[in-house]
Amino acid sequence: MDKAKLAVWKFASCDGCQLSLLDCEDELLQLADTVDIAYFKEASSREAEGPYDLSLVEGSITTAADRDRIREVRRQSRNLITIGACATAGGIQALRNFADVEEFTAVVYAEPQYIATLGTSTPISAHVSVDFELQGCPINKRQLLEVISAFLHRRPPQIPSHSVCIECKLRGNVCVWVAHGTPCMGPVTHAGCGAICPTYNRGCYGCYGPKENPNTGSLSHWWQRELGAEEATVVENLRNFNAGAPAFERESRRWTDRQSREGGHDKE
Amino acid sequence: MTKSKKSKTIKVDYLARVEGEGALYIRYDDSGVQDVQLKIFEPPRFFEAFLRGRDYMEAPDITARICGICPVAYQMSALHAMEDALGLTPTPELRALRRLIYCGEWIESHVLHIYMLHAPDFLGYDSAVDMARDHPRVVQEGLQIKKTGNAIVNLLGGREVHPINVRVGGFYRIPTLEELHKLGEELLTARGLAEQMVRWAASLPFPKFERSDGDKYEFVALTHPGEYPMNEGRITSTCGLDISAREYDRHFREEHVPHTNALHSLLRERGPYMVGPMARYNLNAEHLSATAKKVAREVGFPTFCNNPFQSIVVRSIEVLHAFDEAIEIINQYRAPQAPYMPSTAQAGTGYAATEAPRGLLYHRYSLDEDGKITDAKIVPPTSQNQKTIEDDLRIMLPKYLHLPEDKLQAQCEQAIRNYDPCISCATHFLKIHLDRNGRDNP
Repeated sequence: MDKAKLAVWKFASCDGCQLSLLDCEDELLQLADTVDIAYFKEASSREAEGPYDLSLVEGSITTAADRDRIREVRRQSRNLITIGACATAGGIQALRNFADVEEFTAVVYAEPQYIATLGTSTPISAHVSVDFELQGCPINKRQLLEVISAFLHRRPPQIPSHSVCIECKLRGNVCVWVAHGTPCMGPVTHAGCGAICPTYNRGCYGCYGPKENPNTGSLSHWWQRELGAEEATVVENLRNFNAGAPAFERESRRWTDRQSREGGHDKE
Repeated sequence: MTKSKKSKTIKVDYLARVEGEGALYIRYDDSGVQDVQLKIFEPPRFFEAFLRGRDYMEAPDITARICGICPVAYQMSALHAMEDALGLTPTPELRALRRLIYCGEWIESHVLHIYMLHAPDFLGYDSAVDMARDHPRVVQEGLQIKKTGNAIVNLLGGREVHPINVRVGGFYRIPTLEELHKLGEELLTARGLAEQMVRWAASLPFPKFERSDGDKYEFVALTHPGEYPMNEGRITSTCGLDISAREYDRHFREEHVPHTNALHSLLRERGPYMVGPMARYNLNAEHLSATAKKVAREVGFPTFCNNPFQSIVVRSIEVLHAFDEAIEIINQYRAPQAPYMPSTAQAGTGYAATEAPRGLLYHRYSLDEDGKITDAKIVPPTSQNQKTIEDDLRIMLPKYLHLPEDKLQAQCEQAIRNYDPCISCATHFLKIHLDRNGRDNP
């Protein structure tokens, strides 16, 4: 039987999620025996033609050319899995979605007219259908191996969608929120990292994006009213690596809209 | 445009085995190389723009996301710049732990480059996976060395990509003695493999490449009076530059070059320069660990390296040094009094440069009195090397123009990979507009 063909694609991103595959030091060679790594620019000069059985897509869509390219990738892929916060939620670069990208361009580049970019950074699912989304900034390499293995064996991936709080309990951590009053995104954040931030005595900053059905309104209320977090801190934590994830975006807009309304009252 | 001779082009639309998205375009004819363009089509992500308004404490977490391969470098430069702005000097104990995590990143990043991105060029393979079929032990040992580097970053940083444990003033949590000793044992085992790696790297077949007198490299790296540079030092060069990070903007400038539309970093006084392992080595070889010096001598490696194809050897020597340094830090370890030094927001501007695996990484931030960032400037190593990479190709190519095109192209790609260019890092690099002269465009 022919080996399944695996392809790895990159859009706007830091390369950290595809690097997670190369960081599988113990499994990489075995994986390469199991599948045909047909397209993986970071790791190989070889390019085998599609179609591909499984495509892993890292990065968000930020240019018109990439908007076209992802359609071609989809066309070539039997299964398409997005890996990481950029591909599933637009990444940190989705902060432009809340700002004026022309002003951004003028700040960074001496010749802004040379820059070709879209005004938004959007997840892959905004452009093509996606078979599975693996969240995280960066993704967890164990979860990546599980997802690859699941697709190769045509079974559903065992990726829990509960919150970081559950992982914290499983690790036996003392709750940094309850015990130390540290603002923590854990209750609304998707599991997968192993609750490392609370394990290292800091609050979760939400790099795995929203869990299934998060109550972001309650969380931000508690942050402000009970933990004394400033409004800016609440918004900053919703608007970082998963700023474009609908649950975080909605809640952050609710806060900024309220800020602008209250700002209006002050002037009266 | 010249019409006379038959003009040929080399086009590599998407460079493999580099980090990020780049392309190469070379136009040449019988009279020589007419045009060399290393083009970067990594889409812009605007870090410097969206950092404005963010809290100074967020800078290490956010700037880490510029690069998945060297996040620690971004965290270290950002921390030092913030501490410079706030007038905070971490204790020697905290400084040692920062050096330890940086050693981890040097090891994992260098070893990734050595085995997975660069070595296949020398031995004629498409990838490390292909290479493993004929050289299984070499690749397996490489992966094992890399894994140890990741173990350091994991312990000190919480995870290998985008660590969560470093903060302005120190760490969120410091490791326990037991954790450090266990790590120390792993390091001792892998150090033996790292020694073998230097010998193996030195035995690879290197293309001969010399720059003539008028074209000599200017090497730029940090220099520290007592140690091989990593987290701090003065910015120095082989042409006599000797400045603090605070003076960087006065001596270096970034140019939005018309033919590539990508920012090139240049020395105001002299133009292109090279950062990275070769620059560090050439300016600081005396500060390498005793073992690293000894093994370098045994394999007959010079203390000044001018052939960029040998950067793979310099990287392996630096990996061995990083092992020695990490083991030394663990052996000498004294626990800090507190995991971090508290800081309070205040207005100011901070400057810092550290040595990312690929070379000098400069950060500058201005803060308002609430500690919000009002201005950010980040100059990654790859944008500093970009002009020198193009010059290498221009100088090297005439010797190779007789080669069949596929060989010529492979030679060019290998020359680019000498630099381990990290294109995602180069926050300034951008989508290239089509050339309007009617030529082909990559």
